[in-house]
Amino acid sequence: MTPISRGFRGRRQPEGAAARLPPGQYETRDFPVLSAGPTPRTPLSVWDLTLRSPDGQSARWTWDEFVALPREKITVDIHCVTKWSKFGTSWEGIAIDTLISAAAARGVKTASYVMARSDGGYTTNVPLADLTNGKGWIAFNYGDAPLPPEHGGPARLLVPHLYFWKSAKWVRELRFMENDTPGFWESLGYHNYGDPWREQRYAGDE
Amino acid sequence: MTARAPATRIEWRLATVVDALPETPSTRTLRLDVPGWPGHRAGQHVDVRLTAQDGYQAERSYSIASAPEDDKLALTVERLDDGEVSPYLTEELRAGDKLELRGPIGGYFVWDVPIGGPLFLVGGGSGIVPLMAMIRHRNSCLAAGDREARKKLPARLLYSSRGWDEVIYRDELAALAAKDPTLEVVHTLTRNPPDGWTGFHRRIDRAMLDEVAWPASDNPRVFVCGPTPLVEAVASTLVDPV
Repeated sequence: MTPISRGFRGRRQPEGAAARLPPGQYETRDFPVLSAGPTPRTPLSVWDLTLRSPDGQSARWTWDEFVALPREKITVDIHCVTKWSKFGTSWEGIAIDTLISAAAARGVKTASYVMARSDGGYTTNVPLADLTNGKGWIAFNYGDAPLPPEHGGPARLLVPHLYFWKSAKWVRELRFMENDTPGFWESLGYHNYGDPWREQRYAGDE
Repeated sequence: MTARAPATRIEWRLATVVDALPETPSTRTLRLDVPGWPGHRAGQHVDVRLTAQDGYQAERSYSIASAPEDDKLALTVERLDDGEVSPYLTEELRAGDKLELRGPIGGYFVWDVPIGGPLFLVGGGSGIVPLMAMIRHRNSCLAAGDREARKKLPARLLYSSRGWDEVIYRDELAALAAKDPTLEVVHTLTRNPPDGWTGFHRRIDRAMLDEVAWPASDNPRVFVCGPTPLVEAVASTLVDPV
């Protein structure tokens, strides 16, 4: 039985907003920044993106090649495990579907799980099915401007239906794996999958 | 595959407020009795959940201020004027009230004595709270008079506040530093220094870090906590020696 907090009234969300908020989240209009380490600043001249199959085959794009791929505009709600949600964020990026198709032409095979790896060494694991069929992107514009470094620029993974730590900032590689392996936060007490609507914040949450 | 121990769910617990003590005009420390508390590491946080009469709930995360060795769990909360939860925690909640929380949470921003030093802590405003848990933990572990142990674990805190009255734990930090020559506490005040202030009076910058931080060659353990601009500036300056 959940006890009542004496004297707490709280701030009810308007009905529309309440329906958009996963359990335990609140809406913010800011864009808070949380990072596990210093913000890397990789010049675009040396930036590249690699997709790698379990057998080691890889496909690589330079920055210019990457941004020349077919783009999509995405407007989504995002949910951080630290409790804030932000509604209607607008991004531009390349769908993972697009990258996988282009990589397949170069002999890169997918597998059931993906490890995203970023500048600075951050990693996060996501099932392939959560990145494909229009569910995942690598975003490089936020609003109408280049994604700022503190928010993951030049490019970050965008998987808005999972807690936002899965949307790895400064992403440089997607590695396909036959077996699921925990990434950085997933090894440090956070949930392996991270569905905000099931409130899968920490290891052990159902 | 990485082997992992089966994870147990971090359960909600019902804490009782032992006391609620003001730290500054906008912050208050809640000392809590938490039956079954499994213990924590300095730097970790808890989730707090409030429930209104009609079942409406709000959750927030707060850093733990107490050392693992302390007998009560302490949270220091800053009141945000437009906040939903912090005004309740800083103004309404009182001794004897119940508070739901779960934790400890976070396995990365943690320090304990075996990790070693030197320890360099940089805090801004209420970002001091998890750093204070580290300072208190260090103090608890290094028994008074154990000079050798202290020498191996020197600690420095660089703490940025707006004004002198907004320095959280001001007296406790002064008392700890006074009795421990291997703990240095350096304040900088960004807005309203008191008359006669001779310390730093600006935001943390490269020159200040050059003066206060250990050189990278000493391999310090560095923890930075505060508003995003402070964290970004300090972290990027410390890793970029240009």
